[in-house]
Amino acid sequence: MRTTALIKRIILEVFRDKRTLALLFVAPLLILTLMYLVFNGNAVEPTIGVENVQQPLIEELEKADIHVKEFENISDPKETMIKHELDAFLIVENDKPTLTLLNSDPAIANKLQMKIKQLIGAKMQAQLLEKNGMKIPLQTEDMVKTEYVYGSSETEFFDVFSPILVGFFVFFFVFLISGIGLLKERTSGTLERLMSTPIRRWEIVAAYLVGFGIFAVLQTIIIVLFSIHVLDIVLVGSIWNVILINLILALVALSLGTLLSSFAASEFQMVQFIPIAIVPQIFFSGIFPLEGMPGWLQVLGKIMPLYYAADGLKGVMYKGMGLADISFDLYILMAFAAVFIVLNLFALKKYRKL
Amino acid sequence: MNETIAIENVTKSFGKKTVLKDIQMSIGEGTIYGFIGPSGAGKTTLVKMIVGMDRPDQGAIDVLGKRMPNLEMLQEIGYMAQSDALYMELTGKENLTFFASLYKLSKKEMKERISYAASLVNLTEDLNKKVSAYSGGMKRRLSLAIALIQNPRILILDEPTVGIDPELRFSIWNELLRLKREERKTIIVTTHVMDEAERCDFVAMVRDGSIIADGTPQELKDLYQTNSFDEVFLYAGRKDS
Ligand SMILES: Nc1ncnc2c1ncn2[C@@H]1O[C@H](COP(=O)(O)OP(=O)(O)OP(=O)(O)O)[C@@H](O)[C@H]1O
Ligand SMILES: [Mg+2]
Repeated sequence: MRTTALIKRIILEVFRDKRTLALLFVAPLLILTLMYLVFNGNAVEPTIGVENVQQPLIEELEKADIHVKEFENISDPKETMIKHELDAFLIVENDKPTLTLLNSDPAIANKLQMKIKQLIGAKMQAQLLEKNGMKIPLQTEDMVKTEYVYGSSETEFFDVFSPILVGFFVFFFVFLISGIGLLKERTSGTLERLMSTPIRRWEIVAAYLVGFGIFAVLQTIIIVLFSIHVLDIVLVGSIWNVILINLILALVALSLGTLLSSFAASEFQMVQFIPIAIVPQIFFSGIFPLEGMPGWLQVLGKIMPLYYAADGLKGVMYKGMGLADISFDLYILMAFAAVFIVLNLFALKKYRKL
Repeated sequence: MNETIAIENVTKSFGKKTVLKDIQMSIGEGTIYGFIGPSGAGKTTLVKMIVGMDRPDQGAIDVLGKRMPNLEMLQEIGYMAQSDALYMELTGKENLTFFASLYKLSKKEMKERISYAASLVNLTEDLNKKVSAYSGGMKRRLSLAIALIQNPRILILDEPTVGIDPELRFSIWNELLRLKREERKTIIVTTHVMDEAERCDFVAMVRDGSIIADGTPQELKDLYQTNSFDEVFLYAGRKDS
């Protein structure tokens, strides 16, 4: 009864506050879309300069989507590259090719280097065989057939990254909004005022969980549906499992947000928790491989809720795991939520000793 | 006289600072009890402990025979905090309805109480405005209305008339006196306004966490041999220097 009254009030307040509504429902979609566009931008075709390179190889390079510009008598390839905005420069002297890479983006440079090396290698092999009188059709591509356990050759970085992103946004926005919601209740004195009514502490915690929980559920569903149907993020497993993980994650965010708000005296102080409580979780959520980290750092990662959520989400969305495979992650998340909820009950003791 | 509130040897400190020292008092049913004293004396701290929002370090407080803090007792205590605690995004009516629904009230009672409390503080016309559009005095009045909402037997009002114009203050005091007389309510008021203190049945002077004098307004005036209550306050404040 009292809880219902409180829930109604929370919902009413959120609806009155258009900025909060926008932050909950529009901001995550906007950022997700932006991320999607940034990561899925079509790869720019690299341009390389060549000197003294035989025509067949140039043709092969062009076939591999590399723009080729021919130069002669270049003394300083580096200068030429910068002047002509080239990504690489290939010179053949005495049958010995030398490749200079711009390397402004190591990832692109690596890819380009591999491609060119492969083409040259194949070419040389073919020439060698031809010299020996054997005719073998040039095969650059299908020398090794590649298969994928997860995803396909079409998989983009965003596909692997996006399940984590979906979880992160649910976590971040629910954390922020529920935290600030309860904080407003504290700073305005209404929480203290509430404590002079016969309401019980658990009723307040429950009302906050349900009241903001309703918005969290809506937000989660919108984010998940948007990512999958509009942004076309890979979803191999069941969408229900995705929603389930995110809902439990939202509960963790909700209880953590309200808990941390009791250590904040103002909205600004609540925002100060973001670099401490939220940002580190991104590092451990699987965007960067955890295996390479020192042992103690890996342990640190394992006390972060987002680690488990990301693990579960990646499992379902990218690897197609079922409920049984992710149940461990879910249990851990539920344990986090339970602990935070209990701590919330204690944090409220500050306002009334009963 | 039926005792409503009994305070026995209450001591309270925040950290090392002792805010209340060995407070002892008894407040009877159907009386208005005023707490006066300089800022920082400990009035709000004491009043909050009567409501049960804090626990005394030593001693005990009983309200209607029940040891505080006690959740059920809160149904019988209407509390108006020193600073307004209202939901700014909601209208006056929504605020009243919300607080009313935290108490045991039937639908009908709730409606009656809301319109009674609103008209008492002269807010009926403004009930559908958002509180963020209220003036300071209107917020204060809404806080007072909320304190009355569940028709409690005890009213604890922490500086209820700050920012309220003299005419409305007069009518609010008349209503407090009526509630005391006709409904035998017990009312505790803290105030810095001396003519309000004079309208109380009993006044306690709080200074540095102790009650340095208490009695009827007339008794206090006699004690300090003066005719004005302002001087009582000044004498009491000066005593330690
Ligand atoms: N939560 C708290 N933590 C620490 N000190 C506190 C706390 N609440 C009050 N105090 C201290 O207790 C003393 C009494 O405060 P209190 O609010 O009871 O004064 P007051 O008599 O109500 O004053 P005023 O007339 O200004 O409202 C003050 O010195 C104040 O600094
Ligand atoms: Mg005070």
